[in-house]
Amino acid sequence: MIMAKPKKAEEIISRVKDFSRVLVAGCKGCVAICEAGGQKEVEVLASAMRIHFSQIGKRIEIDEVSLSRQCDKEYLQELADSIDSYDAVISLACGAGVQFLTEMYGEKPVFPGVDTCFIGVTEEQGVWSERCQACGNCMLGETGGICPITRCSKRMLNGPCGGSENGKCEISLLVGRDVACGWHLIYERLKKLGELERFRRPSEDKDWTASRDGGPRQIIRKDVRP
Amino acid sequence: MSYPTNLRIVKVPCTGRVAAIHLLRAIEKGADGVFIAGCMEGDCHYQEGNLRAKKRVTYIRGLLESIGVDRERVAMYNLSAGMGPRFAEIAQEMTDKIRQLGPLVKSTNAGKEVVA
Repeated sequence: MIMAKPKKAEEIISRVKDFSRVLVAGCKGCVAICEAGGQKEVEVLASAMRIHFSQIGKRIEIDEVSLSRQCDKEYLQELADSIDSYDAVISLACGAGVQFLTEMYGEKPVFPGVDTCFIGVTEEQGVWSERCQACGNCMLGETGGICPITRCSKRMLNGPCGGSENGKCEISLLVGRDVACGWHLIYERLKKLGELERFRRPSEDKDWTASRDGGPRQIIRKDVRP
Repeated sequence: MSYPTNLRIVKVPCTGRVAAIHLLRAIEKGADGVFIAGCMEGDCHYQEGNLRAKKRVTYIRGLLESIGVDRERVAMYNLSAGMGPRFAEIAQEMTDKIRQLGPLVKSTNAGKEVVA
């Protein structure tokens, strides 16, 4: 799922301090799972904002809503009747949701309430880590189900590099935590699968046009279009 | 044994039931300070409810500070059900602290407190 982390309340407050009616819109999708932009986070942010503005004697009305998703028009449509009564919207959805809301209600200022970070997994409660960079050309079938594009800090197609030591990537020192060497993980995994032969042939050149090199991406599937 | 009359007690089965929003709502609804009175650390009947409450208090204190509200308005205390005099002491201590800080919003009733 898409992982995000909450922006600082003071940053959000500074964006909307000059409006009179503000809507805090959460998303019950990915950002709810990673506890950044779901209903609970909407309630906390909206309440904190109300406390702040009432303390400084400013009258700003702050309402709350949480949509099933902000990346689908039918759910954003739920705001159609009420959005005109607000001067601005703070969206706690991922970057995709914030932009789709902006596209749908073009005349309304929309501000992000979270920083969208990556596609990842919940390792344990409160720990999320990256697993996919959406490169558009998945090679997990060749690397034992471990992604070198995501797990290798250099995105090397043939590794490990000289910076791998005892299974750790050389950036561990820089970032201050142990980062597993992606290619070491791939080696260990292929060893378990009895597929170490894979290391005898280099990876094929990767088609990066499926990634960001091809500009903003789009999928059009005639088979599922109405 | 007596404690300040401005205290409003909200009973919960375990302090682990107190969510971050409950602390904020109390302040939003007019309390000038909130404290959670949980069991002693290590003595939670639900294993770690009081430790969860402690984390939430820490989080809310940080959040309040970031929006310009004194973090001391929210606090966590640990005491057992048999420590009545200690409860009265804490209630007095918190009330004194909040009185010193003054009302959060000048126009609302000052000195209100909520304890969970």
